[in-house]
Amino acid sequence: MKTREAPVSVTNACKLCSPLGAVLAFKGIEGAVCILHGSQGCATYIRRYMISHYKEPLDVASSSFSEDAAVFGGAASLMQGLDNLIKQYRPAVIGIATTCLSETIGDDVGRILQDYVKNRGAAKLPALINVSTPAYKGTHADGFLAAAKSAVEALAEKSEKENTLNLFPGMVSPEDIRHLKELLADFGIEYTLFPDYSETMDAGQWGGYKLIPPGGTPVKSLKNTANAALTIEFGISAQNGDSPGKFLEEKFGVKNVNMPLPIGVKATDNFIEKLEEISGATVPDKYLFERGRLIDSYVDAHKYVFGVKAAVFGDEDMVAAMAVFLDEIGMVPSICASGAPAGKLEKYLRSAITDFDGKGITVLEDADFEIIEGAVEKTSPAVMIGSSKGYKISRKLDIPLIRCAFPVHDRIGGARIALAGYTGTQKIFDSIVNSLLEARQDASPVGFSYM
Amino acid sequence: MENLKILEDRKGQVFEKGKDKFDLLCGVKSASGAVSQRACVFCGSRVVLYPITDALHLVHGPIGCAAYTWDIRGSLSSGPSVNRMSFSTDLRELDVVYGGADKLYKAASSLIDKHSPKAAFIYSTCIVGLIGDDVESVCRKLTLEKGIPVIHVDSEGFKGTKKDGYRAACEALAKLVGTGDISGVVPVSINILGEFNLAGEAWIIRDYYRRMGVNVNAVITGDARVEDIKRAHGAALNVVQCSGSMTYLAKIMEEKYKIPYIRVSYFGLEDMTSALYDVAAFFKDSPEILERAKTVVKGEVDAIMGELLKYRNELRGKKAALYVGGAFKAFSLIKALRVIGMDVVLAGSQTGNKEDYEDLKKISDEGTIIIDDANPQELSRFITEKKADILIGGVKERPIAYKIGIGFCDHNHERKTALAGYEGMLNFAREVYSSVMSPVWKFVPRNDAFGGKRGRP
Repeated sequence: MKTREAPVSVTNACKLCSPLGAVLAFKGIEGAVCILHGSQGCATYIRRYMISHYKEPLDVASSSFSEDAAVFGGAASLMQGLDNLIKQYRPAVIGIATTCLSETIGDDVGRILQDYVKNRGAAKLPALINVSTPAYKGTHADGFLAAAKSAVEALAEKSEKENTLNLFPGMVSPEDIRHLKELLADFGIEYTLFPDYSETMDAGQWGGYKLIPPGGTPVKSLKNTANAALTIEFGISAQNGDSPGKFLEEKFGVKNVNMPLPIGVKATDNFIEKLEEISGATVPDKYLFERGRLIDSYVDAHKYVFGVKAAVFGDEDMVAAMAVFLDEIGMVPSICASGAPAGKLEKYLRSAITDFDGKGITVLEDADFEIIEGAVEKTSPAVMIGSSKGYKISRKLDIPLIRCAFPVHDRIGGARIALAGYTGTQKIFDSIVNSLLEARQDASPVGFSYM
Repeated sequence: MENLKILEDRKGQVFEKGKDKFDLLCGVKSASGAVSQRACVFCGSRVVLYPITDALHLVHGPIGCAAYTWDIRGSLSSGPSVNRMSFSTDLRELDVVYGGADKLYKAASSLIDKHSPKAAFIYSTCIVGLIGDDVESVCRKLTLEKGIPVIHVDSEGFKGTKKDGYRAACEALAKLVGTGDISGVVPVSINILGEFNLAGEAWIIRDYYRRMGVNVNAVITGDARVEDIKRAHGAALNVVQCSGSMTYLAKIMEEKYKIPYIRVSYFGLEDMTSALYDVAAFFKDSPEILERAKTVVKGEVDAIMGELLKYRNELRGKKAALYVGGAFKAFSLIKALRVIGMDVVLAGSQTGNKEDYEDLKKISDEGTIIIDDANPQELSRFITEKKADILIGGVKERPIAYKIGIGFCDHNHERKTALAGYEGMLNFAREVYSSVMSPVWKFVPRNDAFGGKRGRP
């Protein structure tokens, strides 16, 4: 593999900064609010970006750095921020994420919090979870993972071993989280799914404003993660380096298994088999029927997708799983691109896709949308699959875009994207096939109304 | 709604007409830990300069600031669109340790070569000064080498509020103004400052002035070209629409080029009309301009009045809450809402100044809440208490309104519908009408005949 030098500039980034990921992870803890230790803008930009995807309110506080804070340190700002946040929100948990600013001036947030706790008295305070998320290191996916790990690290407590499962699915949609919870419940498995923002980032009507939306993984369950029988983590981003699952394995001896996001029959089968193994139960019929219908639709549509090229772009966990699913149905993931730092995606895809070199797959790591556009122009895929940020290329090159990943800023339903399990796969499969059929129909000189 | 108290640090920034007597506190930094709807210095600069279509806008810093502002505004261009791309130096850990100036130089140099912009703006973000990058000297070097103005926008996020970002943008613009050839500029010429051509609004306004016989020399920065800005000192008058962001540039131009300025608003019938008549009054030596202005106004008002009255009949007595960037806009919107029969029960802004708020107090009805730098908690509390039917604000406010179960109208810089001018007034009325009158509100818990018992609230 050719190694590319880190580019001197990025044009239309295919990644976001790490504090954004931390905010999302903290939204998955029950009773939590989040404060970013940095400029006011970080909190506001991140809120705006996420609100436009989830279409939900999202309160993120800021320690609102001033010039004085930048010179003398942000301790006083942060402490005042925590005081105000506690007064207004009365949270059970406060997630504190740093930014490039507080990291660059060298604020030691762990130390500041120790002083704060000493000063205010631990008994009166919510649980404080801090994570280091300098924007110049990694992407939002790294920030998400780091915050999830920090939460587990701060809260997990050894007590009696229980026959429970930890499921850490990564940055999946609220809809996928709901599906995974249903699946675990149907198997009768006692579990802790974290971070669970399925309600906090996709709630019904409230009738009044709720400062802290209901939902999220309870602190009690996070404490219990230390006592689980097994952890399953989804996604290649958790494979090397720090992850909550690895932490629990090292510190508390909870076995950790990494699996790809369950998109496609094979990946979902693997996950379901694992659940059968843990629970000792056989898969409920409901899922066999879902699986049956999915395979039936694979057959119905096999000719329309065979050999058809797709460009997949976005977070590497999604790209990795999507590419393998496309390969499963006979499509060619001819471009697999992510803004994540180089090192994992191509390595994984080579191991997961047979005859990788023969299939004409280009993997772009540390990529921006300019690089992706160049590759799309060169290989002319029939469809693009990823976030709404692919729209510019899609419009310019007249290639249909399937919006199925964060962020979706130009449509509704971002929180209801379904990819996981047989039903999630069914939805994305139908979308892909129908968009190919639509393109074919549109391209027909006479039009047709039967296939 | 949990009825929580206003934070001690924020008490001076919330005012109820008829009840409170103090001067509203404004222009202060957001309280730490309060969930402000404001952004930062960088944001202020970026939104103001963003619509300059043939300039390269390079954000020097880690990736976030550029990523969050990619194609963010609804500003339209009649030509180039390099401004809609997001360029970042994507500073990484080693850059932070060893400095990013070399990377900046290489990045800017190659991007300028690739996109051939007419100018380049280099935005400093939070950490640039801290890691010791001398952006000014990189800009000087590139200006010489590339033969285009390469301008440093000193917009480090923490060094003040969004207003300071507006100021930094004005300073950057002031470096361009005065460097172009003005020999061809006709005497009856104005510049429009603080009009960003959202959904083509600058084109609508330009057309009114054209029909009056007034030449619009430069719109700063809606659909702007670098060349227009360079020649801006050729105009006889600066007409300032978004006063919060652009008064500073108007003052610089007044001092340096003796160009007077007036403050206008293009929102609502009354203020739009004044904006035309005030310009006509300035050119009093050409009385035909006023005559033509009257014709323009009459034609435009006649064209929309019938439909507006229809909305007024339906909307009479409905209540609106406003939360906008600058208080001057709130002023226009209150008048515009009155035209369609609505009462304003809350008026707030992110960055209003003292005079703005005094004016707001005067024009508001008894009981109206006036608020500076509100947070979601305060907004939702007063919206609920005052029983507003619609919130008029920006994207960050939308989910607050929707979660409470009331209507919403986007009046911020992302909007895709023109709300300025006479046709903008009609669009505004239509949008407010179609949100307030939607049948979906009967299902929300607030109005649910079953008292919300059908579903867990």
